[in-house]
Amino acid sequence: MTLPKSHNYDPKHIFDIMVIGSGIAGMAASLYAVNRGLSTVQAGSAGGTLFTSGLLDLMAVYPLTEKRLWIDPWEGIEALRRDGSRHPYTRISNEDIEKAFEEIVAFLNAVGMNFRCEKNRNVQVITSMGTQKCTYCVPGSMWHAVEAFEKKEPCLIADFRGLKEFSARQIVASLKREWPSARPARVIFPGMAGRDEVHAVHLAQALELSETRVALAGLVKPEIREARSVGFPAVLGIKRTGAILAHLEKLMGVPVFEIPTMPASVPGFRLKEVFDSELPKRGLLRLIDKRVESVARSASGNFLLRIGGPDSEQLIQARGVILATGRFMGKGLLSTREGIYEPLFNLPLHQPAGRVSWHHVQFLHPAGHPINCAGVEVDDLFRPVDRTGRVIHDNLFAAGIILAHQDWMRMKCGSGLAIATAYAAVNACMDSFINKSDRDTA
Amino acid sequence: MQTQVLIIGGGATGTAVVRDLALRGVRCILVEKADLNAGASGGNHGLLHSGGRYVSNDRDAARECKQEGDIIKKLMPQCVEDTGGLFVAVKGDDERFIADYPSYCAQCGVPCEQITPEEARYLEPTLSSDVIAAYRVEDASIDPFKLTLLNMSHAVSLGSRLIRRTKVIGFDIHDKKIRRVIVENADSGEAFHIEVEQVVNCAGAWANQVGRLAGIDIPISYSKGTLLVTNDRINYRVINRLRPPSDADILVPGGTVSIIGTTSTPVENPDGIHPTVEETDLIVREGAVMVPVLERSRFVRAYCGVRPLFGTGRGADGRSMSRGFALLDHSEEVENFTTITGGKLTTFRLMAEKTSDLVCVKMGITAPCRTRSEELPTTDECGWTEPGLSPKKWMRQHAADDIVICECEMVTRTAIDEIIASLRQSDEKPSLVDICMRTRLGRGACQGAFCGSRAVAYLYERGEFGAEEGLADIGRFFQERWRGIHSILWGDQLIQAELMESIHCGLFDEELHTP
Repeated sequence: MTLPKSHNYDPKHIFDIMVIGSGIAGMAASLYAVNRGLSTVQAGSAGGTLFTSGLLDLMAVYPLTEKRLWIDPWEGIEALRRDGSRHPYTRISNEDIEKAFEEIVAFLNAVGMNFRCEKNRNVQVITSMGTQKCTYCVPGSMWHAVEAFEKKEPCLIADFRGLKEFSARQIVASLKREWPSARPARVIFPGMAGRDEVHAVHLAQALELSETRVALAGLVKPEIREARSVGFPAVLGIKRTGAILAHLEKLMGVPVFEIPTMPASVPGFRLKEVFDSELPKRGLLRLIDKRVESVARSASGNFLLRIGGPDSEQLIQARGVILATGRFMGKGLLSTREGIYEPLFNLPLHQPAGRVSWHHVQFLHPAGHPINCAGVEVDDLFRPVDRTGRVIHDNLFAAGIILAHQDWMRMKCGSGLAIATAYAAVNACMDSFINKSDRDTA
Repeated sequence: MQTQVLIIGGGATGTAVVRDLALRGVRCILVEKADLNAGASGGNHGLLHSGGRYVSNDRDAARECKQEGDIIKKLMPQCVEDTGGLFVAVKGDDERFIADYPSYCAQCGVPCEQITPEEARYLEPTLSSDVIAAYRVEDASIDPFKLTLLNMSHAVSLGSRLIRRTKVIGFDIHDKKIRRVIVENADSGEAFHIEVEQVVNCAGAWANQVGRLAGIDIPISYSKGTLLVTNDRINYRVINRLRPPSDADILVPGGTVSIIGTTSTPVENPDGIHPTVEETDLIVREGAVMVPVLERSRFVRAYCGVRPLFGTGRGADGRSMSRGFALLDHSEEVENFTTITGGKLTTFRLMAEKTSDLVCVKMGITAPCRTRSEELPTTDECGWTEPGLSPKKWMRQHAADDIVICECEMVTRTAIDEIIASLRQSDEKPSLVDICMRTRLGRGACQGAFCGSRAVAYLYERGEFGAEEGLADIGRFFQERWRGIHSILWGDQLIQAELMESIHCGLFDEELHTP
């Protein structure tokens, strides 16, 4: 298996894996594939992970109607299995889910993201809406928020004038009952005095400069008083967040943490930057902002994928495909008044009988909307199957939230699902190559 | 608390009665159980009828529409977009009806001019190539929210008062007269009394519920009508189907959108209604016969209203002014109690005039009606409701330090400040739903997913919200938005809904924190 060195690859090259999709599932699948020495190509929109929160959920709420919150995510997953749920997690062992997390966290931490989790425990992260979000694995820059909230230590929440969707006052007021010793402060971001509106990404870029941090710390420090830590909106740099955070802590003399904000947010941008820059270094051929327009299969069973883009068209040949195109936002699923469909392979979908039963009349209905559990049905090797359970192509695998029988938004399992199913799909794809070559040798 | 006349119901008619009486020097209080235009006045096409719609089946209504339409265009032009209208027939429509249509119009004094199908398609390129006949009429579109807000604010400037979110729960009646009206605030649950000389029941579809509190049965049946709003404006003029009134046969443009409807379904109860998927599909299918692009259009919202249809059954011995609306003098049972119901938006002013005439007779007041001749003044707080106006206003006159809160509809901090100030004037606490009704916040493509959060943050900054109020309020706001989108969630709109849920449930866990 040879790795393409650059975009000028040999058009006759047959890739081992084509990953379609650039969200967490697509990125994770690409990582697992290149880590296993497979020649890998990936296509998808440029902003795939931009709208992610930067938090890695595993599993927290089940059954939905009871709003039952699991402190131990593995117990939640076990409850799914016990109830005979068809959730994708029930097709993967806990051991594999753990390994999947370890591999991706190792990658993220090797490039300085410092994700942290406690193996058997979900944690509470405070958000810009003033809620506590239940999640599993947290960027290092947000970790102290978990501890500060747990201890209810006196804390200063700072915000910046002109950052429209982030109000420290709102967060403090909303959490007052749980966290009475949190206190808001507003500062004018250094160098932005004349601006009525400021944008998170611009602030993050500004904080890459040491002098901005010194100025900011100078403004915030007098406000700290009794507070033992300081929370900021998640704007502490894009590429060197760990160092920026450490510098601010040193300047102010207290631990500093970030609070996740409305997407598209800086933590999502950081993930995108890391995947975009690091995966190609590991041998991934990334076709950025290119979509797979159509798919055919050659006599040998390889997939032939026509890739379209703003200025060119390419043909890619791959031995296996991981479909990680997401749901409606990612355009992995499309909908009309008559029903939903999967546009690339026209896969049969599990879906409600009609649009009448797609959504509840109540937006926050505790059961979640039935349409959210629609999606691609797979076997234990994550190969899409038809209604009779027959595998559609033995070298096509699906991963991430396109899969049926899960409501990631309500169960809080989006990233975990993406990571674990990408892991299982890539391994299954690799195993199929080994089996095939064994057969060919025999 | 006491007043000369208490008006019950803050729709187009109720607010117009307050204004009419205020202009005759009468002090009034209007109590509204929910919000202005929460009933049929907010749940309609926003069509100022030329009368062409009624020429075949209700000539009185057609004549009234023609006369009132002319008055409104002249005296309330700020609420009207004088688009003109077309009536079009497609292949298969009744040829006899098509041929008779000009004579129907002539009999009612409703102007109508025949044009060729080619001319019609030149005027309205989205019309079907199956159009076989077309007539031009004087239809226009009207902004019912602006209309009601302006009527009310004019009345307030003349000394009247509005009490929102307050429901009438009883009458103290002695010697066949209502002495006191007992009301209850929806938020606090607090009850209080208002001493009155006269009571006018403008509760529309809820008129019978109010009537019963005084022991009077008002026979009303309810017809639910659903409408859909397109993301883009797809026609210049009002387009009506040339046939006897039926489902989804009127397409009304207004500002940057078009509205297609309506359906007509009998319902038992005017409360708790919402547009359904079945109605939505029916509207798209039927509407597309006239304007095929509707099959592929993106819809941003569905909404519905309940038409109160007055039935002349037992107990309805009042003077029915026309088949369109019913003015009921309850003097025989309760001397100082009057009900106005039925009717249509186009005739709201006339309904208010007739009602005020009767009330004035009862009070011995001789001052004449002035709404027939005096212009409706404009106040600035209403300038934010018209689709597409906010961006224009923003471009034209935004202050240097203003910022945009709702990016889809360009609703600014200044606009929100003005709304809060006017709510505070009447001792009301602002909410996102209030701001949404009075501006266009959350009415664009994102349906509030982004601007809702920004507005909440801003309300905390202003000190309007404390504790967890913001979460509860944004929950109500999303539910209000959702009621209008859940039946149109396919294609791009489903993507928006998924984005909204992924942020507010997927990231912020709001479903776990709101009751």
